[in-house]
Amino acid sequence: MAQLSSNLLYISFFIYFAASLVFAISLLGKKWRKSDEVTHAKKWGRGGFILSSIGFLFQLGYFITRWIAAGHAPVSNLFEFTTFFGMAMVFAFLMIYAIYKSNVIGVFAMPVALIVIAYASVFPSEIQPLIPALQSNWLKIHVTTAALGEGILAISFAAGLVYLVKKVNQEKASKSTFWLEAVMYTLISTIAFVIIALSFEAAGYSSTYEFVDVNEQQTTVEYTIPTLIGPKDASFVSGNEFGPLVEAPSWMKGEKAAHKLNTLVWSMLGGLALYWIIRLILRKRIGAALQPALKNVNEELVDEIQYRAVAIGFPVFTLGALIFAMIWAQAAWTRFWGWDPKEVWALITWLFYAAYLHLRLSRGWQGEKSAWLAVVGFIIIMLNLVVVNLVISGLHSYA
Amino acid sequence: MKKKNRLVVRTVILAAVLLAVGYTFYTNFFANDSGVVQAGDKAPNFILTDLEGNEVELKDYRGKGVFLNFWATYCEPCKDEMPAMDKKYKEYKEKGVEILAVNVSEPKLTAKSFADRYKLSFPVLLDKGNDVTNHYGVGPIPVTFLIDKDGKVIQKTEASLSEEVIDEYMKRIQP
Amino acid sequence: MSNKTITCECGHVNPYGTEICEACGKPLQGDLESKKLLNMRYEGSARRSQTYKTTIIDKVWNFFSSVKVGIWIIVLLLVSSAIGTIFPQEMYIPPLSEPSEYYREQYGIPGQLFYDLGFHNLYGSWWYMLLIAALGLSLIVASLDRFVPLYRSLKKQRTIRHESFMKRQKYFGITKVEGENPTLSKLKEVLRKKKYHVKEEDGHLFAEKNRFSRWGPYVNHIGLIIFLIGGMLRFFPGMYVDEVLWIKEDETKKIKGTEEAYYLKSDGFILETYDNNDEKFKDAIEQSGQEVVAKNYQTDAVLYKQVGDRIPGTEPELEKVKEHPIQVNKPLKFDDYAIYQVDYKLNELQSMTFTMDKKDSGESFGELTIDLYNPKDEYKLDEGYRVEVMDYFPDFEFNDKGEPTTKSKIPNNPAFILRMISPDHPDGEVAFVAIRKNLEPLGENDYKMSFQNVDTKNVSGLVVRKDNTLWILGIGGAIFMIGVIQGMYWNHRRIWIRRKEDEVWLASHTNKNWYGLKRELETITEKTGIDMPQDQSEQK
Repeated sequence: MAQLSSNLLYISFFIYFAASLVFAISLLGKKWRKSDEVTHAKKWGRGGFILSSIGFLFQLGYFITRWIAAGHAPVSNLFEFTTFFGMAMVFAFLMIYAIYKSNVIGVFAMPVALIVIAYASVFPSEIQPLIPALQSNWLKIHVTTAALGEGILAISFAAGLVYLVKKVNQEKASKSTFWLEAVMYTLISTIAFVIIALSFEAAGYSSTYEFVDVNEQQTTVEYTIPTLIGPKDASFVSGNEFGPLVEAPSWMKGEKAAHKLNTLVWSMLGGLALYWIIRLILRKRIGAALQPALKNVNEELVDEIQYRAVAIGFPVFTLGALIFAMIWAQAAWTRFWGWDPKEVWALITWLFYAAYLHLRLSRGWQGEKSAWLAVVGFIIIMLNLVVVNLVISGLHSYA
Repeated sequence: MKKKNRLVVRTVILAAVLLAVGYTFYTNFFANDSGVVQAGDKAPNFILTDLEGNEVELKDYRGKGVFLNFWATYCEPCKDEMPAMDKKYKEYKEKGVEILAVNVSEPKLTAKSFADRYKLSFPVLLDKGNDVTNHYGVGPIPVTFLIDKDGKVIQKTEASLSEEVIDEYMKRIQP
Repeated sequence: MSNKTITCECGHVNPYGTEICEACGKPLQGDLESKKLLNMRYEGSARRSQTYKTTIIDKVWNFFSSVKVGIWIIVLLLVSSAIGTIFPQEMYIPPLSEPSEYYREQYGIPGQLFYDLGFHNLYGSWWYMLLIAALGLSLIVASLDRFVPLYRSLKKQRTIRHESFMKRQKYFGITKVEGENPTLSKLKEVLRKKKYHVKEEDGHLFAEKNRFSRWGPYVNHIGLIIFLIGGMLRFFPGMYVDEVLWIKEDETKKIKGTEEAYYLKSDGFILETYDNNDEKFKDAIEQSGQEVVAKNYQTDAVLYKQVGDRIPGTEPELEKVKEHPIQVNKPLKFDDYAIYQVDYKLNELQSMTFTMDKKDSGESFGELTIDLYNPKDEYKLDEGYRVEVMDYFPDFEFNDKGEPTTKSKIPNNPAFILRMISPDHPDGEVAFVAIRKNLEPLGENDYKMSFQNVDTKNVSGLVVRKDNTLWILGIGGAIFMIGVIQGMYWNHRRIWIRRKEDEVWLASHTNKNWYGLKRELETITEKTGIDMPQDQSEQK
């Protein structure tokens, strides 16, 4: 059953990939165009939608079979949650597509969902037993609702990105072009990170170091990618002998700080290389390269989709990530709120979208400003998923 | 007229918020914990057994001043004040001042051997399960309550006391 | 006060500051001929706060009435909340560690700075609480200032709208028609089918639906205010109890915080772990690097209620209320209280068993078991043999003066001074007995205490919690959700139609989801044969 489950996930991943391509063709694809522009977009758009739906059904199959295999809802660790978050994004996209029939959202939303699911694959995917704190019906209720809320909000990011790619003036470099490229670079770095992590894992790379940590304890740390940055005064124990090229600065004393920094540096370098190759091929900014493809996009509709996704997602997020979370925390941790980092970041996300809504409704921040806010909102959500779990680590670090 | 009403409404709302926030801040940052016996309170009655197994009830000491001390053998400052307490006890017992030294839930044997070693002449009471200690809201020890002849707490001290201070305290609760 | 009001040409008297007449919609400010779309936010009503600036009260009020100020408060809360997560808060650092040192040791100079600035207790700091209070005040003031005039204008709106009001809506169109069709009654019918409330007056139609969604923001703000009040009530006496209760197996303890009313007995603490060879979880457990993965923490608890009054220090009279296995996620609940499983200590020393042996022959003269929480003065052994306990140190150490003493009352390192009495030594021999230690301080003995075994017990770490604010928070949260759904999932749509000779004018407005409105207008115009109004914002 577990094997079937992971196969279904692979299949859905490739179908999503195909769907992304089909959406791209619906937008560009002059070569493919046999009919007039409108019919072409309609036809390929419908194809993308159907493919995405099929992919979603396969992923639903993964979810159900894994649930059966594990005996509990598969949302209990980082692999499962991140995968589910990707699935929620696809679901939210399908919902929005059903309303607005906007192909261009698919061109951006589906690849982002793909990256999220790919990112999930770097975490251990074995079926884990549930520790006592997680043995509750609220696990599935809280986590799925929160992920769905975040998935819907992520669609607003995709729409915001479309808006920015279309609207930001690419004729000369500016703050806007810089930050838009920074967003692109971040997405690319995530891809690079996944590629690097999976390649070294496939190669069976591992090296272990021993060092004295802040509590004066002998500690070992295992690197699964080559050590660019090692812990201070570490000695090599076993595995692949490479590096460290540099030692972590002495003020970086957090738990596994050097290891985390090493991963970050790898992702950034990998992202840089990938970004550089893309720029070499394109010979212009990624934003500038994408812009012509969006010339027929109705920017006002995209702006509205972006806002609508927030309008739909915000209540769902509040319910799942705050209200259900509080009800569960009262049962599991004796208090509904305890300022655990994950809780705080859920609050931050909520405050941010509250500010977004007030800026948009009361102060007329629409269009470009609003699109930038949607991008920042998604960054906050991803920070909560990536940084808070991996770097800050509080009560929520189950993986 | 309308304008005046509006000002009244605004003033009332702002005052209500200010009051609520002020009270919250006061209880959160300045007020002492509730449920703790403090100066001015009536000393809650209790019944404990001494090292000989006799029951001692606080109420029976009405009319006398009571120097109520909470201690344990693992508390060095508690031990430090014991000799002075014993000395002053002998002096003030005649004058109607009693010492009750409540041991904070140690085994009887530990308390007794300590009392024997220090040759304590005042009653040492055993508080099994910290019952009385918790009831009085005693945290870190030593803690001393001065109880006057009417059974009212006139002072609570959370420090090791010198002979002079003990003398002064005894004078204050002397009936 | 008449100079403070604006009388519109339609005869309606508007409050000072009104931008669009509440009744007929005629723009009252700016150029009448302007083609610019009307700003329909709050219906162009007069926000009261902007109109008077006299007393301090008004100034404070106006400050908190501003959405801009509200957003700034949100942003400040957001940023400071984020700062508090850079390093762990004080409550999450290991217990017993000294915060002033911990942050510097663990995180270096940034950690020291974090501590010095008081960020280690950020969420309980006076300024963070002040920010939350400011947010609450802003919610009250800003909502009140907007709700009242908005309610007024939506209530006072008339069917007939001023021409310039219609022309300056986002969706506006004029259709040239010949003859009667479409009649107003036909239009009315179509609009009613779309669930609009339609009013007719003198050749004009006014269709409106989902006005209630406009109240959504105010409803959710009320929910938030109730929630904040709930949060504040925690600090009021008697609303909140949070106590830690460590209870040993077979022990009965008064439950702190229940005002003497309840007692709890532990019938045992159970720790269960997953089977490391379980097919399903084998890989994950191996991969995690942990030796075992916990499956269940459980305290089998019995709840008792005290009968009658009791003087502290005396034994209570108890009545059993119920038995309940307390597990994580499954607290024991009674009255307003809940008792949670949060921690445990395994194998705490409870008693020690020795035999008294003669050294040369190795012969044993009886066994004694000493309860480490309450040793007896004397233990009788075989005829003529006994052991007197002269002194007992539950957590033994030598103090600075070199005296034997105890560090605490917990028997972590129990030590005894014993007198062994035997027929050959009627006055006894003194032995100092501790874990893996046997001293003979007063010279060589003929007898010795031989350690046999220990008896241990598990201790459950429980939390006693009462939170009488929960229902208020629940109501606040529910009202917030109702308000936010009401405001977000419905849209307030209005359509104004006017029949003027051979023209049909149509103007429409929605507070959001223009795409939905557009599609609705498409079906309405299709069914009635009038032209689809144009989106005037697109024609620039």
